[in-house]
Amino acid sequence: MNREDFPMLSEDIVYFDNGATTLKPQCVIDKTVEYYSQYGASSHRGDYDIAYKVDQEYESTRDKVRKFINAKYLEEIIFTSGSTEGLNLIASGFFQHLLEPNDEILITKSEHASNVLPWFRLANTNGIKIGYIPLDDHHYVTLENVKKAITPNTKVISLAYITNVIGDIRPIKEIVEFAHQHNIFVVVDAAQSIGHIKTDVQDLDVDFLSFSGHKMCGPTGVGVLYGKKELLENVEPFILGGGMNESFDNEHEMYYKGLPTRLEAGTPNIAGVIALGSAIDYLEGIGLEKIATIEKNLREYLVDKLIMIPHIDIINLESDSGIVSFNVADIFSQDIAYYLNKYNICVRAGNHCAKILKKEVGVNNTIRVSLYFYNTVEEIDMLVELLTDKEKILKEML
Amino acid sequence: MDENVRREIILDHYQNPKNKETIEDERYIKVNSNNESCIDNINLYILMEEGIIKDIKFDGEACAISTSSTSIMITNLIGKTVKEAKEYIDNFDAMVNERDYDEEILNEGIVYNTIYKQGNRKHCAMLPYIGIRKVLEEYESK
Repeated sequence: MNREDFPMLSEDIVYFDNGATTLKPQCVIDKTVEYYSQYGASSHRGDYDIAYKVDQEYESTRDKVRKFINAKYLEEIIFTSGSTEGLNLIASGFFQHLLEPNDEILITKSEHASNVLPWFRLANTNGIKIGYIPLDDHHYVTLENVKKAITPNTKVISLAYITNVIGDIRPIKEIVEFAHQHNIFVVVDAAQSIGHIKTDVQDLDVDFLSFSGHKMCGPTGVGVLYGKKELLENVEPFILGGGMNESFDNEHEMYYKGLPTRLEAGTPNIAGVIALGSAIDYLEGIGLEKIATIEKNLREYLVDKLIMIPHIDIINLESDSGIVSFNVADIFSQDIAYYLNKYNICVRAGNHCAKILKKEVGVNNTIRVSLYFYNTVEEIDMLVELLTDKEKILKEML
Repeated sequence: MDENVRREIILDHYQNPKNKETIEDERYIKVNSNNESCIDNINLYILMEEGIIKDIKFDGEACAISTSSTSIMITNLIGKTVKEAKEYIDNFDAMVNERDYDEEILNEGIVYNTIYKQGNRKHCAMLPYIGIRKVLEEYESK
């Protein structure tokens, strides 16, 4: 549905790589162009009309984001370059100062690199320990396993809301409730969930949550870090410079501004932020619940068909999001991706940046189809037909 | 080259690669070949004796083009002197990158003489050459 809103879909392509990035609707593209062509001034320079307009657009987007994820305060919304920057900022700007040697951070083996490497660095520089919440037979995180995994040293649990290979929706609310009873912070990587299921940070009660704009129909290079106000107050900015300082005279006298500006040094990605606002309007126009339902139905349709093909092995049979990871017997995933590309079908092959997952699932690489609301059953039929005939694949994949 | 013949040679070296074996013999020089734009990852094990490539084996996971290219490269390089091997490699590189080359010395390697048309697969064909070049250059500088 809504395919006419996406200029990329007027090209002759079938786009199944929405886990990597989503396509952009015309309204988001238009908003980017509007900024550059109608009021392309810098922010925080409100002495002339177009600069004032920039600040209005920029700050009204902050409020749109606040409402979108149901944050309590405007100051809890920090614009970043994407999920990765937000997670790094939290690890380096908050936990690095708070945690002590032998304090433990719990993650899982199915996290994306950006929710692994910042913690690994803390382990190497600060002597913090990394623990893993065991995954169940479906590679899911369960509250039971979280309970089993925590130790008296556990201080942080950092999890994706939806993982990018398995596509499981984690029971974040229950985990947070339990974690908080044990004075454990919870950080959520919402990159894969933000454009797919409703996010309510107050209901979830998470401490920090990071996401990217480009995986929710917004532009690349912009994202949001949410943090509870009282926690963000204590985040040390890891980038210093213009915009975030109040005054400075010498190295002993430098004063930073308050939230959120303190954590947004330098000229921001103004066009990106403003167009992210349009992406929010767009998604809300459709409705996140509706999007989730469409994806779930498309996924079921795809899995029901793939399961009938004997040479296909599905890694995540059970999953509530639009992600299906699979392999074709005896054919390297990348060859399948090249083969499908000949029919203008875009899928991802590889380890999907989840490099510590391979031992857990027993395969190094997979083909990943990640669906979004603009995909159709006709597109899925086309994919399935191409995957059904193994001889054809072997003949045409080179 | 007939497209069916080309496909048969490549598929045969992919499905039944020659010299695919993990080596733990310390006389072999081990080198990893990978590149950041794809997920192919292979190890080469090279046995040098008095300036001659006595043996090469490989293991790892890679796509059809990388795997077959590795198998074909190894078949052609075993028994060659460093100088002969470098000549083969330079010619292969020239073919993939659309420069003048001598197809006589490439043998089966010429199955990739149209790979330049698929820009995103050029690096697959070149994958094993990254590692072997490194080893030969280091061997020569000793």
